[in-house]
Amino acid sequence: MIKPIYGLMAEFDNPTALVEAARAAREKGYRKLDAYSPFPIEELTDALHLHHNKLPLIVLLGGIIGGLAGYLLQYYVTVVYFPINVAGRPLHSWPSYIIITFEMTILLASISAVLGMLALCGLPMPYHPTFNVPRFALASRNRFFLCIEARDPLFDRARTIEFLETLKPREVSEVAP
Amino acid sequence: MADEPNVHRPKTIIAPGYTFGTVTDQIASVVLTKRTPVIWYVSFGAGLVLLLLFLLAVGVLFAKGTGIWGLRTPVMWGFAITNFVWWIGIGHAGTLISAILLLLNQSWRNSINRFAEAMTLFAVACAGVFPVLHLGRPWLAYWLFPYPNTMGVQPNFRSPLVWDVFAVSTYATVSLMFWFVGLMPDLATLRDRTHNRFARFAYGILAMGWRGSARHWSVYETASLLLAGLATPLVLSVHTVVSFDFTIAIVPGWHTTFLPPYFVAGAIYSGFAMVLALAIPLRSVYGLQGLITDRHLDNSAKVMLATGLIVAYAYILETFSAWYGGNTYEQAMVWHRMTGPYAVSYWSLMLCNILAPQALWFKKVRSRPVFLFISAIVVLVGMWLERYVIIVSSLAQDFLPSSWSIFHATRWDWFTYIGTIGLFLFLFFLFIRLLPMISIFEVRTLLPAAKVEEEVES
Repeated sequence: MIKPIYGLMAEFDNPTALVEAARAAREKGYRKLDAYSPFPIEELTDALHLHHNKLPLIVLLGGIIGGLAGYLLQYYVTVVYFPINVAGRPLHSWPSYIIITFEMTILLASISAVLGMLALCGLPMPYHPTFNVPRFALASRNRFFLCIEARDPLFDRARTIEFLETLKPREVSEVAP
Repeated sequence: MADEPNVHRPKTIIAPGYTFGTVTDQIASVVLTKRTPVIWYVSFGAGLVLLLLFLLAVGVLFAKGTGIWGLRTPVMWGFAITNFVWWIGIGHAGTLISAILLLLNQSWRNSINRFAEAMTLFAVACAGVFPVLHLGRPWLAYWLFPYPNTMGVQPNFRSPLVWDVFAVSTYATVSLMFWFVGLMPDLATLRDRTHNRFARFAYGILAMGWRGSARHWSVYETASLLLAGLATPLVLSVHTVVSFDFTIAIVPGWHTTFLPPYFVAGAIYSGFAMVLALAIPLRSVYGLQGLITDRHLDNSAKVMLATGLIVAYAYILETFSAWYGGNTYEQAMVWHRMTGPYAVSYWSLMLCNILAPQALWFKKVRSRPVFLFISAIVVLVGMWLERYVIIVSSLAQDFLPSSWSIFHATRWDWFTYIGTIGLFLFLFFLFIRLLPMISIFEVRTLLPAAKVEEEVES
């Protein structure tokens, strides 16, 4: 019996080759694929159709919650919990609430940006099958990888290897699960 | 219009001849090498000694109280608040470089943003120490935050001092997160490059399993942009709120509307001075002239000159509005500053902040790192004096001559101040040794090879 694999990985040595390979794989009909590069490549995002993510919405919600929490906290404390006359100002003295409302908006929006980013990426993830490929360590240095995953409906070990070879990679390797 | 795309890609910001591999190896080797330069031990050791001095000063302060400082009525703010404002101002340049220049697509920032952000973080740490020590009972610092308590009281949200608590703690938190997010891909690089098992484990945990996936990069880029967009108004707000500590009070010399922009400009001025003061020695010790090039120094010097001119304008405006406003106390305040007991500090700060930086108009000065280093130190001294004069001279001679009193710094004032410089150096050199001081992945994007060559779409 053949051992199941996570996918097949092709290695390239420049970003242009990787972007072209990603485009070719999409055109061929592969959908469960991912590319790995040592720096962000805008064209790659286009090639893999990755433009929409929910992060802006998460950050917006975080900001709104932060702002509301900041304002309501001050309102509750100065009007309900501990009403005290400071220099004859009204208890609900909204101009003095602006700063803390603003800071709380920024704080919660930033926290949700970071946590949201980690959540959308599925990080922290100490183990991932791609790390089984010895040369994959170079993905954080100077090499570019395209991985077609085995769960893709078009995936077929022999034919996918053949296809990846046509893209003129440096090397094609199997990724153990 | 044909060559429009080139406008966004300045080609020569880092020296030619670098590849993805060599950039990675050079920056990572500073951390992964077993050989640490002697100068690192010397600087780190100096930082450690001063840090011990700081711990001593704080220990004595805890035992005896703020009376060991020169604080006497009416000057109750003295060195502690001067140092707080000075340090937090220095931090601002890091956020400016990492957030504002990112939004403005100034890609030259990519090789100086990492250590500038670290500088921000450590400067904010040094700044945060002072208001807490100044509380008198620092162990009750948590009273500054609103929390459910049995005392039945809460902070006064109408006070700028409470605003400051929120502004500075938000700033520290956001700076830390922004810095850490920026580090993640580089931590993955270190994890993959190190041969030491413990280092691989530690960097691996910190990198959180980053693998450079295109899906991750796309979310990551969105997150960086959003964080930059959030940090930009934040950094401008922080020094504005710090200036509210002064402007909301009615003390002459404090109660003016131009203080917020003046403080922000001064903050960026001193921050860029600190960036230069750190970058110039670092790049020559570690041979990074190809990555932190003369153009970086030149650009930073230009920012310093521009913000220095804004600061100079603020000094002139301060004097003018005191005269034109016709308020006796404001006029007396300016006169006291110029001719009174703090005249030496006042005129030194004019010399350091206005006169000396005019040398930066000349290309010859800007292209000589030694001159730049000296002018950066001069500006740092000048900006400290500026905060000192604003705080101390205004408090020492306010409305009633019968309550005037001159501030004399004690040795404990100096030890605490110099001690935080030690804390800063200690943390900074630890950072240099343990983390990549230049953002490796962002420098990779600056290389000509990083550009995807597209066939022209019809």
